[in-house]
Amino acid sequence: MAQIFPKWADEVPRQLLLGLIIFATAAVAGVWYYFSPEYTDVGYAPEQPVPFSHQMHAGQLDFDCQYCHTNVFESKHANVPATETCMNCHNQVMTDSPRLEKVRESWETGEAVEWIRVHNLPDYAYFNHAAHVNVGVGCESCHGRVDRMEVVQQVEPLSMSWCLDCHRNPEQQVRPVEEVTTMGYEIVNQIEKGQELVSENNINPPTDCQSCHY
Amino acid sequence: MSTDYQYVPEPKLVKGDHTFGSITDLIAKTPLSPTPKLWYLAFGLANILLIVLLGAIGYLIWDGTGIWGLNNPAGWGWAIINFVWWVGIGHAGTLISAILFLFRQGWRTAINRFAEAMTIFAVMCAGIFPAIHVGRIWVIYWVFPIPNQMAAWPNFSSPLLWDVFAVSTYFTVSLLFWYVGLIPDLATLRDKAKSKVAKISYGIAALGWTGSFRNWWNYEKAYMILAGLATPLVLSVHTIVSFDFAVSVIPGWHSTIFPPYFVAGAIYSGFAMVLTLMLIARKIYGLEDIMNIDIMEKMNLVMMITGNLVAFAYLMEGFVAWYSGYIYEQGIFWLYVVGPYAWGFWILMFCNVVTPQFLWFKNIRRNVAITFVISIIVNIGMWFERFMISVASLSTDFMPSAWDYYSPSFWDIATYIGTFGLFFTFFLLFLRFLPMVAIAEVKGVMPQADPHNYDGETNEFDPSKTEPVVVQQEQTV
Repeated sequence: MAQIFPKWADEVPRQLLLGLIIFATAAVAGVWYYFSPEYTDVGYAPEQPVPFSHQMHAGQLDFDCQYCHTNVFESKHANVPATETCMNCHNQVMTDSPRLEKVRESWETGEAVEWIRVHNLPDYAYFNHAAHVNVGVGCESCHGRVDRMEVVQQVEPLSMSWCLDCHRNPEQQVRPVEEVTTMGYEIVNQIEKGQELVSENNINPPTDCQSCHY
Repeated sequence: MSTDYQYVPEPKLVKGDHTFGSITDLIAKTPLSPTPKLWYLAFGLANILLIVLLGAIGYLIWDGTGIWGLNNPAGWGWAIINFVWWVGIGHAGTLISAILFLFRQGWRTAINRFAEAMTIFAVMCAGIFPAIHVGRIWVIYWVFPIPNQMAAWPNFSSPLLWDVFAVSTYFTVSLLFWYVGLIPDLATLRDKAKSKVAKISYGIAALGWTGSFRNWWNYEKAYMILAGLATPLVLSVHTIVSFDFAVSVIPGWHSTIFPPYFVAGAIYSGFAMVLTLMLIARKIYGLEDIMNIDIMEKMNLVMMITGNLVAFAYLMEGFVAWYSGYIYEQGIFWLYVVGPYAWGFWILMFCNVVTPQFLWFKNIRRNVAITFVISIIVNIGMWFERFMISVASLSTDFMPSAWDYYSPSFWDIATYIGTFGLFFTFFLLFLRFLPMVAIAEVKGVMPQADPHNYDGETNEFDPSKTEPVVVQQEQTV
């Protein structure tokens, strides 16, 4: 009887197996990396309607974060400053800068500046700013070195596992409450100090569903 | 007083004057000859129903599960009924191929390929329902324990999660078992095929089977192991399906008899489905010699036994309801009998309790037409069994203020009818392109395969040696 398959067909199963292993590994690794918020969300830095520079205001001029974001210690929502806050200075500083055109327009018309939100959690996750800053979670821990950002970008994935990492090991991140707005806070014995702060401030981060998802 | 004892000779498993060659020709001719017109007609009809299914699923995903007739007390309706029904149908396939293999039942060879194919397609139909009955199908991958950026895992204490593992394992093992069984037959088709395409396709599928001693040795071992694995699997899969109900607290659901009772019901309905399909196929494809009346009778016997097991379970449910002294349990049973779904209960009683009693009569068991009708009635009855369990128990439970009547919507019905499209599309493809009887195994149970049936001198097959030896014993008491 004539042979149906040529001799090289002997190699096919081995190559198929090898190909399958390579493909499966690539698929798993690819999904793992490219489909995670660490890839999709981190680094998001949209162009804002007004080219506001945190690097200049918080970095060079050394504003405290709370000058503009006034509610972080009281409210679950950290506010974006109203036009009035901008105009506190800019009714006298750089009054004819074209970069501030939209701010002056907002001041005159009463229409809000349409800032673009960078850190956007889905609405079924109820994040509370006050609950975090009042127990010593620094701005920097979640938002990065904002004082060095010309344009604000997301530096952390804000994924649920990222939240839970810290809720399960808070000592890795907590600092004294008076240091919360400090940029570039760093100590050598963070874990030791963190554990101390956790027991001192009675920090007991929740890891159950209803704490964030109600 | 003296009595003559004699062994009752087993009827021949393959009727007619078949040789190895004629069996191969009989079975292999269907996949290798041109497609008959009737097949196209049937396939077209099945495709239309398949499109109905896809349309119903598409609209469901677009518009939401509210298009179904579900209400708040009865959150499980036709989707779950049909899921359990289809899974149950699938179980006969594994029973025939695995359990009967472990019991060395030669008659299984006539129907095992057929029944395994039915299992696979029935499980496909069943598997659709757990996937689509959820409100948000796009996050259904959350049921799989995959490490993810939510650091979230499924809850392993839910029987619905066990369902995921049970049904996916069941499908995989059934498919493997079926495929392992197919390999020698695919090699037969490869060798018989005339066209190049057929040769290459069957050749690839046959994985280079040569039928050497070593091939067969490994094959038999693998088949045995798979049969040994599939047997506990088939029992546990439907047990897990029954846990969906039995683990809950609903009166009428919370019952320890459910696991064996569901399995018995699964075998009952599965055998009925195999019979329905087999009786049509043997006629159309001229396989009466293989799928013969003796085999039909044996299947009827299994159906009768499991039918009576199911009837016993109904009796027990009634008895335990009375015996429990528990008002909700008694109430729900009373509501089955005379409540808003009493019509379903009495259809169920007729189909599942009365019908199998006819099978006590030998001439009915051996009557093709009556068996065909009974097999269809049984499947209707088993559908109603799941209907009563799911819907009737849910509609009227603890709080009378949460009682409501469930009736299906158009889309419930369209989805169910559509699954027949899926089933028959695949089943017809199977009938057309694959050998519907396990050629190698049927040859193994023919008298020619028994080395004792050969003449010692000439080594020629000697039909006279195949006559059963009648041993007579005289006993005096």
